[in-house]
Amino acid sequence: MSVVLEARGVVKSFGHVDVLREVDFAARAGEVTALIGDNGAGKSTLIKILSGALQRDGGEVLIDGKPVQMGSPTRARELGIETVYQDLALAPELGPAENAFAGRELLRPGLAGRLGMLDKKTMRARAEEAFTSMGTDVKDLDAPVGALSGGQRQSVAICRAVMWARRVVIMDEPTAALGVRQTGKVIELVRRVASTGVAVVLITHNMPEVLEAADRVQVLRLGRMVADLEARTATVEQLVGAMTGALDVRTDTPGDHR
Amino acid sequence: MTAIDPAKAPDAERTGTTAKGRRGRRLLGSSPAYMTAVLLVLVLVFAFAAPDSFPTPVTLRNVLTDMAVLLVMAVGATFVLVAAGFDISIGSVLVFSGVCAAKVMETQGGDGAGTVVLGVVTALLAGAAWGAVNGLVISKLKVPALITTLGSMGAALGAALLISNGTDVRTVPKAMISVATDRPLGVSWLVWVAAIVALIGGFVLSQTRFGRHTQLIGSNEESARRAGVDVDRHTFWLYTANGTLAGLAGLLSLTRFATTTISGHTSDGLEVITGVVLGGTSLFGGVGTVIGTVIGMAIPTVLNNGFIQLNVQPFWQEVAIGIVLVVAVYLDQLKRRRRNQP
Repeated sequence: MSVVLEARGVVKSFGHVDVLREVDFAARAGEVTALIGDNGAGKSTLIKILSGALQRDGGEVLIDGKPVQMGSPTRARELGIETVYQDLALAPELGPAENAFAGRELLRPGLAGRLGMLDKKTMRARAEEAFTSMGTDVKDLDAPVGALSGGQRQSVAICRAVMWARRVVIMDEPTAALGVRQTGKVIELVRRVASTGVAVVLITHNMPEVLEAADRVQVLRLGRMVADLEARTATVEQLVGAMTGALDVRTDTPGDHR
Repeated sequence: MTAIDPAKAPDAERTGTTAKGRRGRRLLGSSPAYMTAVLLVLVLVFAFAAPDSFPTPVTLRNVLTDMAVLLVMAVGATFVLVAAGFDISIGSVLVFSGVCAAKVMETQGGDGAGTVVLGVVTALLAGAAWGAVNGLVISKLKVPALITTLGSMGAALGAALLISNGTDVRTVPKAMISVATDRPLGVSWLVWVAAIVALIGGFVLSQTRFGRHTQLIGSNEESARRAGVDVDRHTFWLYTANGTLAGLAGLLSLTRFATTTISGHTSDGLEVITGVVLGGTSLFGGVGTVIGTVIGMAIPTVLNNGFIQLNVQPFWQEVAIGIVLVVAVYLDQLKRRRRNQP
């Protein structure tokens, strides 16, 4: 599969703290790429750079092989990269369809549209279509999102991202707050998202979940990419070893891991 | 559908109801629906207690005229509260706009249409200016809305007193006063203006992108920001529009009382917010309708008119509204809490 989103030698520091030291990262179309690492490894920082929320100090970010500048999350979205934040960023008082089209409302054609009039019918139908095609269990499209269960809320946030992502969906700990049954459903959903052909970047702490959901696993430690494994052949011991440095799959001296 | 076992809820939903049925039930369970019922009960009680005087067109006309000025501001306040904002300054902005308009018209002199138009423009601009200042301070300097508008409440009233030298301006052109006494189709122009404002406000809030963004910001500001909504700009325009409506209300007050009534609007801000919240708009943002606001504003007015007709001290109205307000917000919170733990 082709690499859609790539980071090459990305560097980021906050003051004197080097958070990312020449990190490489690649996400391929139609695959789930898990990004794992201990607390402080630089996962969040890397994700924020890839979603436009932070600016890198050095290195390159490429989309479809071409270097790009992502000055803002809005720019990243224009490039087809959607992010599902850990706090989901849903409006609890609004419904699933209204959330799905937040900031991207469709207007009616003609004069009514020029007056700013919303095309609620079409938005609702398109959201319903997206929820159904993703096989989510969001049944009540009129209930405020705040009234849905945690898993359903997660589904709404993921479906919203999928509706708009042309290239990449980044998910930050999508199962962190969920029970076992709902986690299973969300993992299924993550797999289905990848099967639509977009690249999925999955950040998680849960090792078995990584092996279940991901195609590839890339491990960050102390601001460096220390391992790039195929999930099919990897084991939990390998992952934990790479994360903690007890068992380096690849050497982590700078420049050597390219 | 009562007391569903949470584990079975999805199944019950799947088999039990249709989307349409759910929507209908949600409409009936909404705060505006409750408050409409309260309003109807009030009207019925007064109609039985004073069958000769209360259920008459005169009472209706009085209620509508009494509501008109505050309703214009309440429409703006609905937007501000839905966006999880707050504006207590509108009463003072009303006075300030009225004084500015009256002074400008006094200087211009005469009774002609030109003078009146000048007064109208002045009042709207004066209101818009205060609103814009509020909006800038809140959105750019990030001063909490409560403090910002508390400050401008004092400042606007003080400025109005400075301009008028502390005495009411009574030189309102006759052409303008006649607007208040003219009654096209049975009710005063004041009522028609308020009705048009409410219609436009209701349309914008429920049907347009501006309204949707207002709800989005009030429901989850961070989410709105991430969705690409320019929250600061939107907030600025909300407060500016709100100030402009207070200016319009100042104009209406001027035509109604033929004087600037400087000391008569100190509690307007609170009365408006009370009515808006009674109408189901949440103090926490994200939820609210203009139709609810119309009903919420009608309840205190009906109480007032009813008490007067029954020779009850009208001060009871304030006591009653205070209690109703607290109960209404308590019920709203209860509903939210229940909803947020499915």
